[in-house]
Amino acid sequence: MDQFTLNLLVVGATFVLYFGIAIWARAGSTAEFYAAGGGVHPIANGMATGADWMSAASFISMAGIIAFGGYDTSAYLMGWTGGYVLLAMLLAPYLRKFGKFTVPEFIGDRFYSGSARFIGVLCLLIISITYVIGQMSGVGVAFSRFLEVSNATGLYIGAAVVFAYAVLGGMKGITYTQVAQYIVLIIAYTIPAIFISLQLTGNPIPALGLFSNEVHTGQPLLQTLDQIVTDLGFKSYTEQSDTTLNMFLFTMSLMIGTAGLPHVIVRFFTVPKVSDARSSAGWALVFIALLYLTAPAVAAMARLNLINTFYPNGLTSAPVSMADVETKEELKWVKNWATTGLLKVTDLNGDGLIQYYNDGATALATKLADAKKAGNEAAIAEAQAAFDAKVAETAAKMAEKNPQAADWKGNELTVNNDIMVLANPEIANLPGWVIALVAAGGLAAALSTAAGLLMAISSAVSHDLIKGQLNPGISEKGELLAARISMAVAIAVATWLGLNPPGFAAQTVALAFGVAAATIFPALMMGIFSKRINAQGAIAGMLVGLIVTVVYIFLHKGWFFVADTASYSDSAPMILSIKSTSFGAVGALINFIVAFAVSKATAAPPAHVQDLVESIRIPKGAGVAQSH
Amino acid sequence: MADKSSSNAYWAANIRTIMIYLVVWFVCSFGFGILLRPMLAGIKIGGTDLGFWFAQQGSILVFLVLIFAYAARMNKLDRQYGVEE
Repeated sequence: MDQFTLNLLVVGATFVLYFGIAIWARAGSTAEFYAAGGGVHPIANGMATGADWMSAASFISMAGIIAFGGYDTSAYLMGWTGGYVLLAMLLAPYLRKFGKFTVPEFIGDRFYSGSARFIGVLCLLIISITYVIGQMSGVGVAFSRFLEVSNATGLYIGAAVVFAYAVLGGMKGITYTQVAQYIVLIIAYTIPAIFISLQLTGNPIPALGLFSNEVHTGQPLLQTLDQIVTDLGFKSYTEQSDTTLNMFLFTMSLMIGTAGLPHVIVRFFTVPKVSDARSSAGWALVFIALLYLTAPAVAAMARLNLINTFYPNGLTSAPVSMADVETKEELKWVKNWATTGLLKVTDLNGDGLIQYYNDGATALATKLADAKKAGNEAAIAEAQAAFDAKVAETAAKMAEKNPQAADWKGNELTVNNDIMVLANPEIANLPGWVIALVAAGGLAAALSTAAGLLMAISSAVSHDLIKGQLNPGISEKGELLAARISMAVAIAVATWLGLNPPGFAAQTVALAFGVAAATIFPALMMGIFSKRINAQGAIAGMLVGLIVTVVYIFLHKGWFFVADTASYSDSAPMILSIKSTSFGAVGALINFIVAFAVSKATAAPPAHVQDLVESIRIPKGAGVAQSH
Repeated sequence: MADKSSSNAYWAANIRTIMIYLVVWFVCSFGFGILLRPMLAGIKIGGTDLGFWFAQQGSILVFLVLIFAYAARMNKLDRQYGVEE
């Protein structure tokens, strides 16, 4: 059976499963549609939360980012898991006790203000829409690579599947489908990792393999990797090269951003009891940790495998040739991925071999490419000269250790972060069914997160905007219909954005986590832990947090992500060494300060609001999540 | 409904618990993984140092223990102060 048929069979089988669950778990009431009737077991809810949380970014991108970033990128591992501690202790149990459907609804009730609720909806939409774009483009990439359909067709199929179970089933359908998707994605992630860990270290548990000895050299895997990458001129894998300040703030931003993501928070409205909300956060992290403890192993092993593939006889012997890529079966993946544009091979020195190393001139290469695109002869010559000079300098330095380096004219292989996980089984020459499984896993990760986000978007529109502000008298049946229609519209918008990505798909992490950290997390936390924060304080805090964070990101990434309107860059940030991706934590701090100062200067919240805060602090008397 | 002084005592006990757990949360991630890594550089593990392990795996394991320990502790406090569901 060829690879394509295998991919089709495995992916097709998972889709049939998702459809089956969708038909079985249709939602009949708004309580089922918004919060799955509040009757999901904490372990099942934990699995669903895991699938909801682990997006295309976790499944496809994260290990690749770590593979090329090493220790510096540990922020993703700590940040995207540590947020669950904050959720379990600071938010989830109290919001479950509050017992309503949406995050903006809590903000509106606690701060007794329609404006506060509206700002909550606005922040939620910014976060969820930027986030969903990344999922839809992930769906497109996975489909076009593995099922040989165009990107657009892939997106339509993906949208149709999400439509079926999200619109029909609401939160109930989504939750039970996510349980199935979690199982698919965790199997798909760990099986190739186990194979590769066995090949490289002989240890069947990848998380332990990372700290084991490598089979061929007998020395620790990480030591071998450090040696190889530094010999090729890259920065050390295990040493820190980012500033401590930026790494600290980036980790903090991802942590409180995670705790402030609306589509994650609503997961804790679906469990029966307050005590279940606490343990459910723990179960969610158990299922997330299964992937997150494996990810750093996948990262290091994929990097090592990649280098070993291109230098099969060691770094000082000849690397693989352009001809090898054309003819050898085990290098077929290089050609396959080159057609997607995510991997590039160019023989700069014309020796027919592929030299992969750090020529120290990546920025100059980009400049040269830009100059060639612009077509100005003088500019091209100048950029070429600068590039050649830098490359020659590096080559001379490297030639001291490796005589062949004297002839190198620049790095000839560029690999996109995103293909490390998807191409990993091919790089390691694993059997075809493993490759098919990874395709199904990538799709499960992207689809499950997309569904959770669409749910958050549609409930914000139907429940917070339509029922909350425009038409409070709407019947339950009418609201259910409105929720389904807004879900369908949200899917159409997400598909359109996936087809025409606004060019900032890669920047969505900074925006989504920055805004969640600077607006929703502080508002919720202060609403629970302080009785003194009033409507004026919360509104001022959220607005200032939102504006400061978005402006800082725009100053570095360009206004509305138009690249040439940026005044600063992340390599030379505006304030100290704080990159725009790390600014959410600063935005949150500003939110806290403003909210406290404004609240102190204005009247305390009314008595019924103070009573509300009292009541959400104790578990006793919680019912099923409801609208009134 | 529990009376007011008992609810206040329950909330104070909860805050104390959260404070202690957050200190552990901070020390094992931001501390051992980032700020204190140079101090742990002497402790070698699998070709690198303990700080690297905390940053990539150890912190996650600590987070897991923290959440379940907090859930268990709060269940006990809920019963002790008579505020359980």
